[in-house]
Amino acid sequence: MPVLVVASHDNAILKEATAKVVTAAAAMGGEVDILVAGENAAAAASSAATIASVRKVLLADGAALARQGAEALEATIVPLMGGYDAVLFAADTTGKNAAPRVAAKLDVMQLSGVTEVLSPNTFVRPIYAGNAMLTVESTDIKKVVTVQATAFRPAGAGGSAPIESVAAPAEGFGSTFVGEELSKSDRPELTAAKRIVSGGRALGSDEQFRRLIEPLADRLGAAVGASRAAVDAGYAPNDYQVGQTGKVVAPELYIAVGISGAIQHLAGMKDSKVIVAINKDDDAPIFQVADYSLVGDLFTLVPELETELAKIGY
Amino acid sequence: MKVLVPVKRVIDYQVKVRVKPDQTGVDLANVKMSMNPFCEIAVEEAVRLKEKNAATEIVVVSIGPQAAQETLRTALAMGADRGIHIVTDDIVEPLAVAKLLKGVVEAEQPGLVILGKQAIDDDSNQTGQMLAALLGWPQATFASKVELAPDAATVTREVDGGLQTLRLALPAIVTTDLRLNEPRYASLPNIMKAKKKEIAAKAPADFGVSTAPRLKVVKVTEPPKRQAGIKVKSVQELVDKLKNEAGVL
Repeated sequence: MPVLVVASHDNAILKEATAKVVTAAAAMGGEVDILVAGENAAAAASSAATIASVRKVLLADGAALARQGAEALEATIVPLMGGYDAVLFAADTTGKNAAPRVAAKLDVMQLSGVTEVLSPNTFVRPIYAGNAMLTVESTDIKKVVTVQATAFRPAGAGGSAPIESVAAPAEGFGSTFVGEELSKSDRPELTAAKRIVSGGRALGSDEQFRRLIEPLADRLGAAVGASRAAVDAGYAPNDYQVGQTGKVVAPELYIAVGISGAIQHLAGMKDSKVIVAINKDDDAPIFQVADYSLVGDLFTLVPELETELAKIGY
Repeated sequence: MKVLVPVKRVIDYQVKVRVKPDQTGVDLANVKMSMNPFCEIAVEEAVRLKEKNAATEIVVVSIGPQAAQETLRTALAMGADRGIHIVTDDIVEPLAVAKLLKGVVEAEQPGLVILGKQAIDDDSNQTGQMLAALLGWPQATFASKVELAPDAATVTREVDGGLQTLRLALPAIVTTDLRLNEPRYASLPNIMKAKKKEIAAKAPADFGVSTAPRLKVVKVTEPPKRQAGIKVKSVQELVDKLKNEAGVL
């Protein structure tokens, strides 16, 4: 039976994570459908229809789904599951929020943050902040899975799947949207960025974080990340946090500035292709995973790095 | 209003985890165990709600072996009023935990359940959401701010793009993120007082819940090790290596 992928999108734009989750779904065998659940989300559904080898796109469109709340997603997805063996979500905050509700309603044990699909029943996922990898077999009839999208390549484009409407639930789940403060940025999204510059507590203040990390990131066209310590200290907003309980990233280039490298941080970035660490402490654990380590004072090295990058055209 | 806080005993967050050579799991023998950090934040939040007179009683519940009582005592020393210990030596998966907690909720009738967003051992991030679904309650996960009124909770959540605020009709489920609060250390007098607080012992069978696992551990292995690279002496050398050796510039 086919597999349902729940799209990651903001109604207008389909996120790249969706095509990566499609790759994970395809590895389970069987056909792949995508559910776009939102409000006025036809644009996202049209993008989803172009992902290669997708059988069809289901569009659930209604006011209750405007922000893809967990209760409304549960009510949308559970009735569809008669026709599917499995439902896969990206392990972003929307997927983590909603997937367990679907699993509980189906009376199955969810598989969280899967990084490898070995068979329709067998998956690999990190546990203990990535200090151990668990190979696990589900004995449940249906599978509910959240996928660590950075571990999969995106499925190709060029598809032209048909789009079908499915029922969206009515409002009234006891949860009302009050407001949001979203970080406005022209930088790439952290989990999809090819380059990331991350700052740690050694930056010392939010002013210095902005003055040193952001220009370097902008020069490289990079996203900005942060360690938990930097976020806790108020140097950077929460959505910058990379790590076990923040975002998991795997860019081509990760530059860690003033980050000591607690295991919880390493869990979120150790799959980056090339890691650069700049830190004054020669013994910092970050150096054990870095490809290129530069020991010294970040307050002189970061401006120097900017100057050198400018020389080669950045 | 009564607040229920489930707490889990896990490997201490500072312990270096070692995978067992026979690949059956990680080595927990003689390893320091503590309350899951996110559960600690949940207990702290409940205690603060009580200090603000928004909560009247805090009941903490833990599911696990005899030693989980220590975790309950820690929560009682932080300011919880009484404990419930569902004693089992089995590994209980989040779905079964949620079913047991549903039984506790039905018996205790809390207005709010605050849980940690995830346990740092299995990193599942499921229990709160599953409990909410089983009860048919609204939820606010990854909370960084909670304001409690008699009929509603206003909760700010840490989401991928920033912050989102929801208003939940009570009863409801909240799960905690790191920035919600900084848990207190229990004072010695409070640790002494906690020893006298009541902990009721229960069994999974009292709730009619099977803890038989749905997931079968095939193996637990070391993650692929990253080799440490080289030390570069200067920024010039770094840029040269990134451009000409790594090919990422």
